[in-house]
Amino acid sequence: MAVQTPLIIDAGHFPALLDALARRGYRLVGPAVEDGVIGYTELTGADALPVGWTDEQDAGFYRLKKRADGSFFGYNTGPHTWKRFLYPAVVRLWQARRSGRGWEVAGEEDAGRYALIGVRSCDLHALAVLDRVFLQGVQAEPVYASRRGFAFILAVNCTRAGGTCFCASTGTGPRVTHGFDLALTEVLADDRHYFVAEIGSHVGAEVINEVAPRAASDEETAEAARLVAAAAREMGRTLDTAGFREFLYANYEHPHWERVAARCLACGNCTMVCPTCFCTTVEDLTSLGGEVAERWRRWDSCFTLDFSYIHGGSLRISGRARYRQWLVHKLATLQDQFGVPGCVGCGRCITWCPVGIDLTQEVAALRAACRAV
Amino acid sequence: MVPQPFRLVRTWRETRETFTLEIEPADRVQDLTFAPGQFNMLYVFGKGEVPISISGNPAKPRTYVHTTRMVGAVTKGMGQLGPGDFIGVRGPFGRPWPLKEATGHDVVLVAGGIGLAPLRPALYYILARRSEYGRVVLLYGARTPDDLLYQRELQRWRARFDLDVYVTVDRVTGDWRGHLGVVTLLIPRAPFDPARTAAFICGPEVMMRFTVQELLQKGVPPAKIFVSLERNMKCGMGICGRCQLGPFLVCRDGPVFSFEQIAPLFGKSEV
Repeated sequence: MAVQTPLIIDAGHFPALLDALARRGYRLVGPAVEDGVIGYTELTGADALPVGWTDEQDAGFYRLKKRADGSFFGYNTGPHTWKRFLYPAVVRLWQARRSGRGWEVAGEEDAGRYALIGVRSCDLHALAVLDRVFLQGVQAEPVYASRRGFAFILAVNCTRAGGTCFCASTGTGPRVTHGFDLALTEVLADDRHYFVAEIGSHVGAEVINEVAPRAASDEETAEAARLVAAAAREMGRTLDTAGFREFLYANYEHPHWERVAARCLACGNCTMVCPTCFCTTVEDLTSLGGEVAERWRRWDSCFTLDFSYIHGGSLRISGRARYRQWLVHKLATLQDQFGVPGCVGCGRCITWCPVGIDLTQEVAALRAACRAV
Repeated sequence: MVPQPFRLVRTWRETRETFTLEIEPADRVQDLTFAPGQFNMLYVFGKGEVPISISGNPAKPRTYVHTTRMVGAVTKGMGQLGPGDFIGVRGPFGRPWPLKEATGHDVVLVAGGIGLAPLRPALYYILARRSEYGRVVLLYGARTPDDLLYQRELQRWRARFDLDVYVTVDRVTGDWRGHLGVVTLLIPRAPFDPARTAAFICGPEVMMRFTVQELLQKGVPPAKIFVSLERNMKCGMGICGRCQLGPFLVCRDGPVFSFEQIAPLFGKSEV
């Protein structure tokens, strides 16, 4: 895709952009206020977005707050990820009906054609991780493959750092660099409210041209870049991953794991909110009469006791072992398994941990503890 | 992702707890290919799916043969099926025993209990091209004489002049007059040249650990010792995440691993 000059859409024309997507048959999904959080859900249009809202986040802390302005994207990430739509939490894989001594299977038809509105850079990198797992493995996973293939990505560059964000240190944001159809940076300055838009694909170009954008001036482009750079500088946490794989492999049995585990409740929240966690379980169900059988797939978590069940017992019983499995997988072994690191610096696991375990701090503490030995 | 329908051709009891099934594709025309050491995900209607290694002859492409223990709802359901009933199959999955790479070597197969099932296809493969290998030794141990699998075949193998077969049991019952003791006790006397040997081991993980130690002590290099591991598997194809062992997915990078690959993890608790 050739680099084009950035364009400007005034805030007043932004709803028409979403309408253009809806007219093309996309189901709009994106951020909305619900249940006291900004989650990702089906949107009817731009006015369903959290206009004028922001979030305050810290370890184990999340609150919504009203802003003084009418920005569309003035917050960061919430407890939902785009997995919600591309790799749903509960999905029926197939249904079989008894026929003679065997059975006939009906596959599932999936009509998921989504426009993801407001995808942050961290989450875009997370999709790249899921692409490795689901599209480049032994066999392509059909539900993810179909939905991901059809998805329209309307990305948003963050102009403020969330309270638990650290994407700058993981090299995954705040600026989106590729993998989008359109990328917007929202600017509110001097009574003006507009978006600087970058085109990332042919479809993106077609859609944005329906709302008659104009070319961006140098000042407008510079202002957008300034805001995104400021967001990068604002981040209060860093994750130091240099040499981390080798370091973790050498310290599997360090006593520090006990210290973390003493706080971890093994509640699995982190795995539910992480945009790259992909583990699942499968359930086979039958109708009462036994005529119809279905296989369902559900999200699962390595923190559950039966995740590693084999031959009458579980391999990872202690909380220490289960926390270690999650952290080492996210930061080290996922890279060996799929060629990309698993953490994208979104900070969700820190926000949504009920006891506020902060993996950036745990990594630092582990390094310090191992050096002290 | 959807199980393919297979028809049960024959099923028979091997021991008190184990049985074997032979299954053919429902359409009967497909030729099946698998490599020794691979497994299928077998589905029983309405009950569920389990990973079971293939234990038949890779040169016989018409059917899959599987030997399994009856341990849970799915395998117990499987044990109740009769000829003509259907089983769903996904696979074959997994990395097989490196048999081509082992040509020109002596080969030692060490099996514990039902671990002989994933090794049997390897032995069939070797015997079908016997001159490509050096000395071939099978060491097999089970808990009691009644738990020995494939007894008639074991006796036929023992009768060959180009194969050394040693069988032992942990505990004597009945009028057993053969070896007594764990299978690792057979290793020091087994006739193979450690410098030019490939070893394939399958059995309970603790048995594999001790077997590896004995082989290392005899001088077999870690890169030439191979084990077959098991972990919780729901998908068999590397997306459910449950079979992780450190940097490996056992369904995709295994179940066969060289000891050199997994040495840092083997024996670490709860990894």
